[in-house]
Amino acid sequence: MRWKWTIPAIYIIFILVPIYWLVNMSLKTNAEILSVFSLWPQDLTFANYMVIFTDPSWYSGYINSMIYVSINVVISVCFALPAAYAFSRYTFVGDKHLFFWLLTNRMAPPAVFALPFFQLYSSIGLFDTHIAVALAHCLFNLPLAVWILEGFMSGIPKEIDETAFVDGYSWPRFFVKIFIPNIASGIGVTAFFCFMFSWVELLLARTLTAVNAKPISAIMTRTVSASGLDWGVLSAAGVLTIVPGALVIWFVRNHIAKGFALGRV
Amino acid sequence: MQLELRNVSKKVGKSFHISNVSLLFEPGALNILLGPTLSGKTTLMRLMAGLDQPTAGTVHFSGKDVTGVKVQKRNAAMVYQQFINYPNLTVFENIASPLRIAKIGKTEIKERVDKVASLLKLENMLGRNPNELSGGQQQRTAIARALVKGADLVLLDEPLANLDYKLREELREELPRIFAETGAIFVYATTEPSEALLLGGRTATLHEGQVTQFGSTIDVFTKPNNLITARTLSDPPLNTLPVVKLNGRMLYKSHVEIPLIGKLPQLPDDNYTIAFRPHNLYLNRRKNTDIRVKAKVAITEITGSESYIHTDVAGVRWVLLASGVHKFGINETIDIFLDPDTFYVFDRNESLVVMPETVAGV
Repeated sequence: MRWKWTIPAIYIIFILVPIYWLVNMSLKTNAEILSVFSLWPQDLTFANYMVIFTDPSWYSGYINSMIYVSINVVISVCFALPAAYAFSRYTFVGDKHLFFWLLTNRMAPPAVFALPFFQLYSSIGLFDTHIAVALAHCLFNLPLAVWILEGFMSGIPKEIDETAFVDGYSWPRFFVKIFIPNIASGIGVTAFFCFMFSWVELLLARTLTAVNAKPISAIMTRTVSASGLDWGVLSAAGVLTIVPGALVIWFVRNHIAKGFALGRV
Repeated sequence: MQLELRNVSKKVGKSFHISNVSLLFEPGALNILLGPTLSGKTTLMRLMAGLDQPTAGTVHFSGKDVTGVKVQKRNAAMVYQQFINYPNLTVFENIASPLRIAKIGKTEIKERVDKVASLLKLENMLGRNPNELSGGQQQRTAIARALVKGADLVLLDEPLANLDYKLREELREELPRIFAETGAIFVYATTEPSEALLLGGRTATLHEGQVTQFGSTIDVFTKPNNLITARTLSDPPLNTLPVVKLNGRMLYKSHVEIPLIGKLPQLPDDNYTIAFRPHNLYLNRRKNTDIRVKAKVAITEITGSESYIHTDVAGVRWVLLASGVHKFGINETIDIFLDPDTFYVFDRNESLVVMPETVAGV
């Protein structure tokens, strides 16, 4: 069994190859990318990154994405908290069906909703605003947030709520002072999932924006200039798009498995 | 200050969890709700606390109807079987939380928390988080939080059930002393008859959502009004024998004759249930009126100072409690002795008609 590490190692290398290649390209000049095959940059350059950090048409994409993703995370978590509490603590007519129906929203392809959202937002003047994308993303993030939070909440015994009420806590005070601190990791995981899905979603974000709220993923796919593709700058943009996700994953790394199981571990 | 339940019922769906319960609890006393699981103890406590509303009947506190009053306004406290504390707060803040809600000054909070913490031996734990404590300390914290606000009504729902044997003994010894110091109305739910007897106070026996008897624990034990109460407050279980009295003879299964001794001859002809406690079943003759019965040993449980001998006698299972260690083989036939003076006799409606001489004399 001396070689037992080989298979995992091969697997990890296999996964990391495209990411490495992206980083590799982002540090090369276009000439080098197109002319020779090199495993690492022969002529190391940060010019590609400088283009992105100095050209507003590039960095505004990141800012736009950040804005609508943040708005979406805040809306999703704030509205999912009371909804998840209701699903976890109360029984009402049709609660199970409603709960399942929420998840089915997650299963519909975004393309189905692109057209109605586009027409609706255009007619009420929300087209090409950050809030438009944030609201559209709630369509699939809110149900997911409710599901994850419900799982975490159901892990807190109902007796804690009752003890608090007997102790004299009003519901809002109990919720903020006792309940939310106890599901803090669940809220973190939920926020991460909302962030992730909103960050990587391309179709709705691109359909609902034109100039002012154009996300980075849309800018990347449209960068074909007269002189052909700018390989180096595109690669740098790709690397920078991965970074926020990696950063957020770092913060919730200990709870993420529970999040993938929708809080039910 | 007293808590009164008047004809309280709680129906969930089509089944009654509590049906027509009337109880009156006085302050300064320990009131025990005794009954097996699902007999309605927790439901009854939730009604008293105001966490649930009864479907019929009213709850009165100090003569005032508090039936619809919100739980936050009831000035009650509750301790659960599971150790329920606020995991995000330290032990000090856990105990202090009802006082913080009541907007009591900082120095007074400190004073009162320290006092109740020393009562429950938690002085050195105040800075910790509840999940860093042992089970017994967690439950002490929960009890401390229930006591600190000086609630008029303190409800304890099987508070010792999840603790290990030694801690349970320890806390059980301390509880009556703690209760005596506060003067609130205490209601304590338990499934264990021995716990009720150890704690003393007053006991209400519950069976399928109904109170079968309420009175001082010793009275309920020695003078159960009916067979169900006697069964509920008996550990190990009560031994019973269904008999028929006809033409001056008392028969079990129409062939085993029970000698008519003591008060038995005065009973009119009818169906009866004879009941006696395991410690009134003997391995040797003590009086010449004792009845000798041949019994087959099913199993012997030895605790060390006592032996529980489970026997089969003509189709009924009786438990014999003898002091010391007795070893019998399975299916061994032994002689056991009944003392008619220790018989409880219940009529066909399961009401008590004859109680043991020893009890009646008291």
